[in-house]
Amino acid sequence: MNWRGAFAIFDYEMKRFFRTITQSIISPVISTTLYFVVFGAAIGARITQIDGVAYGSYIVPGMIMLALLGQSIANASFGIYFPRFSGTIYEYLSAPISAFEMVLGFVGAAAVKSLLIGLIILATSYLFVPVTIMHPFWMITFLVLTAITFSMFGFIIGLWADGFEKLQIIPILIVTPLTFLGGSFYSIKVLPPFWQSVSYLNPVVYLISGFRWSFYEVADVSRDVALGMTAVFMVLCLSGVWWIFQTGYRLKS
Amino acid sequence: MPPIIEISGLSKTYKTGFSALKNINLTIDKGEIFALLGPNGAGKTTLISIICGIVTKSTGTVMVDGQDIGPGYRKTRQMIGLVPQELHLPIFEKVGDSVSFTRHLFGLPRNDAHIEKVLKQLSLWDKKEAKILTLSGGMKRRVLIAKALAHEPRVLFLDEPSAGVDVELRKDMWNVVRDLREAGVTIILTTHYIEEAEEMADRVGVISKGEIILVEDKKVLMEKMGQKQLNIILEKPLEALPQKLGALGFALNEGGSQLSYKYDSKREKLDVAKLLAGVARAKISYSDISTQQSSLEDIFLGLVKQ
Repeated sequence: MNWRGAFAIFDYEMKRFFRTITQSIISPVISTTLYFVVFGAAIGARITQIDGVAYGSYIVPGMIMLALLGQSIANASFGIYFPRFSGTIYEYLSAPISAFEMVLGFVGAAAVKSLLIGLIILATSYLFVPVTIMHPFWMITFLVLTAITFSMFGFIIGLWADGFEKLQIIPILIVTPLTFLGGSFYSIKVLPPFWQSVSYLNPVVYLISGFRWSFYEVADVSRDVALGMTAVFMVLCLSGVWWIFQTGYRLKS
Repeated sequence: MPPIIEISGLSKTYKTGFSALKNINLTIDKGEIFALLGPNGAGKTTLISIICGIVTKSTGTVMVDGQDIGPGYRKTRQMIGLVPQELHLPIFEKVGDSVSFTRHLFGLPRNDAHIEKVLKQLSLWDKKEAKILTLSGGMKRRVLIAKALAHEPRVLFLDEPSAGVDVELRKDMWNVVRDLREAGVTIILTTHYIEEAEEMADRVGVISKGEIILVEDKKVLMEKMGQKQLNIILEKPLEALPQKLGALGFALNEGGSQLSYKYDSKREKLDVAKLLAGVARAKISYSDISTQQSSLEDIFLGLVKQ
């Protein structure tokens, strides 16, 4: 096992994150503040509570998930895409480093970066609304599993993309809509029955629901179902990454 | 010298159906400088890329110091350093950080003394805090070499190292390569600059259309295939070659201002007096006489054209 090699990739990616600290940290803090202003103050004035939780507090897990998914995908996809784009991928491919170690470095760094941002958003939320974490262990579990899973998903996108446009297309056209429609800012129970059924096809519903449960013990689906669905998506992403390295897809000709 | 790289039956066909390498068999000895010559698209970079792990082979085996590049990839890649043809560099990084990163990527612990030695050897020490982005093309090429040497490889591949490099840097690089050879590193270089191969290589391989068409000791090759040429510079240009001189084997060159006589120095003893007497009999006056030996480039071009 080439731990040093894997750590070198991890360290390199983390340094890139801290080099662009303003963009990495200030930007999500500003977004969170805006969400509180728009959703918390404007909509919160009309919807006072959902499932017994004040609206402002209710949306905190959804906001964290929204940032976590976006950041995990963006960090991991850019992390692997840029060496491909600039040609420096040769260095990784010619090093005595296994596929697993490469994934560990890139995905590990992307997951840690998005976790940091998630925690910063959580800390920012405390400035605006009261936040309770009833099950810290499960909160961390959902946070970590989601960060890893979506960082792997981002890694796959970064390998699949053959241009900057493609790098953005899945996050913008699929992930962001799924997150907004996945109950980030509302409970899907408020939707008409048909749209509730449709929402259950959205994997993000389960992630947000499980995560919200760990805060307030309120959820659209049970914790175990949420955990199971997160695991299913993780296995799918793992299979995708495994297949890519077996076939050398977009890496080796 | 025992071999350090043994390639047998190596072929590569891309998904497009293009056959880049066809049944390559090649052995590189420990400590030698091997020059791989070939025109564009001959398969030089594909061959190097397969050995280094960047491109997958279709068939055949490649052994590096007795280890198969497939199952033994960790050991083989650990031994190999690669300087790619293109300037593929992380341009936003600092020179020193980037070279250290490569060392760590190869699983080696930090070694500031080695990094300093490599950077000094390549005249990069005073640039170690500079961002790669700010360097000239030649300096970037040096950074690529420094990165390839960061993990102390035993085999170094230089893929067109002199492409776009000025004469001074090229000579610096040759010195570095010589130092590395002294230290026991095996060097494999692909080049368009025949003078580079002529200057440095112990052995020369010629690849064309995915096939190795010749592997020979450089000196033997030049002796075996080299021709000499006697040149007589005329005082006044001729419009046509006199028939008698043509019969002696002369050719008229340089717009009629030079008579040339080609001969094989190994098989034929040159009778200069006889040739000059022939020129005198034709009442042609000349100002200078010289001989020239065919270069590796002439030999290479001759082989590739066949």
